[in-house]
Formats: sequence, structure tokens, C-alpha cells
Amino acid sequence: MNSPTSQAPGLWRQVLRRLKRQRMSMVAAGLLATILAACLLLPLFSPYDYFTPHFDLLSRAPMLAGGHVLGTDPLGRDLLVRVMWGCRISLAVGIAASLVSVLIGVSWGATAGYAGGLTDALMMRTVDILYSVPFVPFVIVLTVLFGRELWLIFLAIGAVSWLDIARIVRGETLSLKQREFVDAARVSGVRGAAMIARHIVPNLVGIVIVYATLAIPTVILFEAFLSFLGLGVQSPLASLGSLVADGTSEMQGHPHLLIVPALFLAAIIYCFNYLGDGLRDALDPRDG
Amino acid sequence: MLRYTLRRLLGAIPTLLVIVTLAFVLLHAAPGGPFDSEKRMMPAIQRSIEAKYHLDEPLWRQYLRYLSDLARGDLGPSFQYRSTSVNEIIAQGLPVDATIGLTAMALALSVGGAIGINAGLRRGTRWDYGSMALAVAGISTPVFVVAPLLILIFAIKLHWLPAGDWVRGSPSHLVLPAVALALPYTAYIARMMRASTIEVLNSPFIRTARAKGLPLRLILWRHALPPTLSPLVSFLGPAIAGLLTGSIVVESVFGLPGIGRYFITAALNRDYTLVIGITVLYGVLIILFNLLADLCYAWIDPRVRLR
Repeated sequence: MNSPTSQAPGLWRQVLRRLKRQRMSMVAAGLLATILAACLLLPLFSPYDYFTPHFDLLSRAPMLAGGHVLGTDPLGRDLLVRVMWGCRISLAVGIAASLVSVLIGVSWGATAGYAGGLTDALMMRTVDILYSVPFVPFVIVLTVLFGRELWLIFLAIGAVSWLDIARIVRGETLSLKQREFVDAARVSGVRGAAMIARHIVPNLVGIVIVYATLAIPTVILFEAFLSFLGLGVQSPLASLGSLVADGTSEMQGHPHLLIVPALFLAAIIYCFNYLGDGLRDALDPRDG
Repeated sequence: MLRYTLRRLLGAIPTLLVIVTLAFVLLHAAPGGPFDSEKRMMPAIQRSIEAKYHLDEPLWRQYLRYLSDLARGDLGPSFQYRSTSVNEIIAQGLPVDATIGLTAMALALSVGGAIGINAGLRRGTRWDYGSMALAVAGISTPVFVVAPLLILIFAIKLHWLPAGDWVRGSPSHLVLPAVALALPYTAYIARMMRASTIEVLNSPFIRTARAKGLPLRLILWRHALPPTLSPLVSFLGPAIAGLLTGSIVVESVFGLPGIGRYFITAALNRDYTLVIGITVLYGVLIILFNLLADLCYAWIDPRVRLR
């Protein structure tokens, strides 16, 4: 990484060392890596796919014999493969939409903080107003009216979740702006966008990583919420949210159809939350 | 205080305008109209229905008409439920939402507060780690997972409580929805109260109280508790937005006649007025609760100056 300060590698090594000392965070990271590897690899090697119905194997309970380890759904499709596809979709939405929100949030916040004055006032007033806008109805309306495309879900969720990051980044930028290296860069002729991109933003990496890690579970939850209401990913493709919704309607006779995807969803969100908290503590050594 | 409140309320007007305009533009930019998808109507009838709801006018006229109705508190007629107005639908649904929401909030405050303060007082013990791991689990488990699981356990397997439906004034119908809605807030509040307890106990005025030789119970109840609770107040504002989202899920899982359930069907049916009306209501609630939180904060903490 091209951080302008010379002690940067040392800082990151320290962060890594502090992170490694937090057992829960490391467990969370390991579990996430396992889920990620499983959901990428398992569908490739499984003899089953997520969309072909098998009418002789409807709603089988989990069993080790017979090949369907987690059982099958009401259309006879292998639940393990479907859940793995659900993890793929949920993780993809979570990461992609968080990237969108980080991109908007960092550029908005850094520009407002660096520019100051009227620009800052106007940009942050906009953020204040958007804070009071009830976004859930808007995203629902958006997905209902303009089709349920996956990229639209990325964009819609990303576009409404950048407000927190913008505020935090603006605050950090205000204090970074006063530092000597910014003066030094200004004296040597760096201006405007170049200053923000090359000198301000690299110093925000730490805090942005923390908030991006904590944004991912929020986004995954939001996508799952939309899919649960039937407004997200459309069948036969499934996300963890739509799998939970399908499981809810079958829970009386076949509770595993609800419990398995619910467990995976909760585990992914739990891990991201723990990892984010751990990263925050590791980057901010103040309270020991 | 009064001047501040008035200024904040005036400041909410541009925000509400943004909400109404966004919703209006979004709905009208979308393909399809409220009366297109129905069984084929005779063109003359469709035209007369559209004329009745002023859908044949240019868009800016409809927008201004809506704004002037809104200024008088009239949210217009519902397109989907022809004989009822949006105001009537909200008046029917809102008490259900309010009952569940307030019960959930009371539950979350008392249970979450107790767990969090207990964890903060016993920092570093098994109590602390155990309850904080539970709290992260609570935050990570979405309402739409908790709600069906609660039904599965307490209604289907154990037959202790009804699985849904709504009987006014019946506490047993209230328990499961309120618990499902309260769980994530209980977890948030527990974490917040733990952090706040630790911070307050480390602050100089507690040291002073100790140095004076006050009994521990007096220090905790009289000196430590009030400042520990103050972050709760500022949490109230943001919490209301999440509560509204949660109530959409809870209503659809338990089949309750609240506003959230109407919203989804309204959006699917292009019921413009009902969608905008509910969106505006949500916006107003968020603004009001944020204002209320700021006012309470200033009232509790004399160091806060409202400007």
C-alpha cells in the first residue's frame, strides 16, 4: 500500500498482531473463510444443481445416506447446494453493495471535509436530510417497480447505506487536513482532487475497512429482508433470505428447511460483526 | 426550548418535501399505472376512473394537487381500496403498530438495560463474556428468522401461545410479535449499556463519591445510574426507523393488520397515494422521534445546549 507515512507497514503489522490476540475475531475469520470456500467449491463438485426438480425426492429430511446431506426442498432440489448458492448470492450482494456505499461515502465525506465552508455545509446538510428519509419504503418501491435485477439490488442498497461512512470520513478528514504532511504536499503544489485521492484517502483506509466490515452484515440483512418479502432474488435462484422465507412456509412439517438457511445467515452476520468489532479494537488501541 | 422545537419543526418541512417529491417522481417514472393491470376495462370506463383520481392531468398539476391536499392533512383516496381513504387505512393500522412497537421497546429497554448494566458491573467475568456473546448473536439474528422460530417453538410445538392473528386487547396475541421485534434492540441496548456503565464507573465523579466514603449501593443508584442511562435517549431516534422496518416483517409473519403489510401490497398494486402516504408517515415519525430524543437529552443532561 502506498501510504505516505514511512511507519505504515509497522502500523499494519501491529494491527494484525493485536487482531490475532483476539480469539473470537480469529474464530470468526476462520469460520467466514470456511463458509466462503465451501460456497464457492461445493456447488462445483456436487452432483446436484440448484434448479432441477426431482419429484421422487420431495422434502427429504437430512441424512447422510443417499447423497442429500441436508435433505431436499419441496421440489426435490438438494438443500446443501441451494444453501451454498444462497451464501454466494448473500455474500456477493453484501460485498458489492458495501463497496458501492464505501465508494460514495468516502468520496462524499472526504470532499466535504477537505473543501470546508459552504460546500461542506451544503453536502452535510444533504446527508442530514437523507438521514430522515425512510429508506426501506424507497428500496421496496424501487425493487417492485423496476424489476428485481440483482445489480439493481446492489445499487439500491449501496446508494442508501453510505450516510454513516460519509459522516465518519468527513470528521476524520477535518482533522487530517490540519496535519503537517498536508501542508507539505500543498507547498509542493498538490491541489484539490489529487490531494484528496493521494494524501487524505490513504490515511482513511483503517477506519474505512472497519466500517466496511460492519456495513457488510447490515447489507446482507437488508438483502435477506427484501428476499424474505419476495422482492429480492427470484426463483429458482435463491439467497439466504428467500430460503428462510421458503422454509417458513414449510416449517410445520419440515423444520430443517427453515433452520439450515437461518443458521448460515446468522453465522455469516455473526462473524462479520465480530470481525468488525475486533478490527476496530485492533486499530484503536486506546482502551487496551 | 420552545424556539428550538419550532425551528426544528420548520426545518423538517424541506425534508418532508424531499421525501414526497422523491416518492412521487419514483412512482410516476415507473412503467404501468394503478388501473392498467386489472381485467381489461372498457377504455371509456378506464378514462373516467383516471379522471376521477386526476390521473389524466399533467404530472406537475397532480404534484401540486397532492402537496396542497397534504398541507391540509389529507393523504387522498386509496386507489386499491376504492371506498377508503389513506387516512382511514392509517388510522386503522397505526394502533396495531404502536401497541407492538411500544411493548417491544419497553421489553428491550428493561431486559437489555439490566443485562448490559450487569455485564458492565462484572466486567471481565464469565457473566460479561456470556451476555456479550449472546448480544452479538441477538444482533446477528434477523427478525424474520426469530419470528418463524418463535412460532415453531411456542405455537406449533408447545401450543402455549397463538401463532398469529390479532385480537384487540388480548395480551397473549401480543407476546410473540413483541418478543420477535424486541430481540435485536435488547441486544443493542445491552451492548450500549455495558459500554456506558464501564465509562461512567471510570469517571472522576465516581472516584470522588468513593473517596467521600459513600456506601456502594448509594454510589451505584444515585450517582452512576442516571448518566449511564443517557445514551439510551439518543438511541431512541434511530431505533424508530428500525422498528418500522421490523414491524413490516413481524406483520407479514404473524399476519397482523398493521400499516407495514399494507405497504407491500400497495407498492405491488401501484397504489400511488397509499405508498406515498405511508412513506410520508414513516418520515414524520422518524423526524418526530429524533426531535424528541434531542429534547430529552437536553432535559436530562444540563451540559447539552440546544441551539
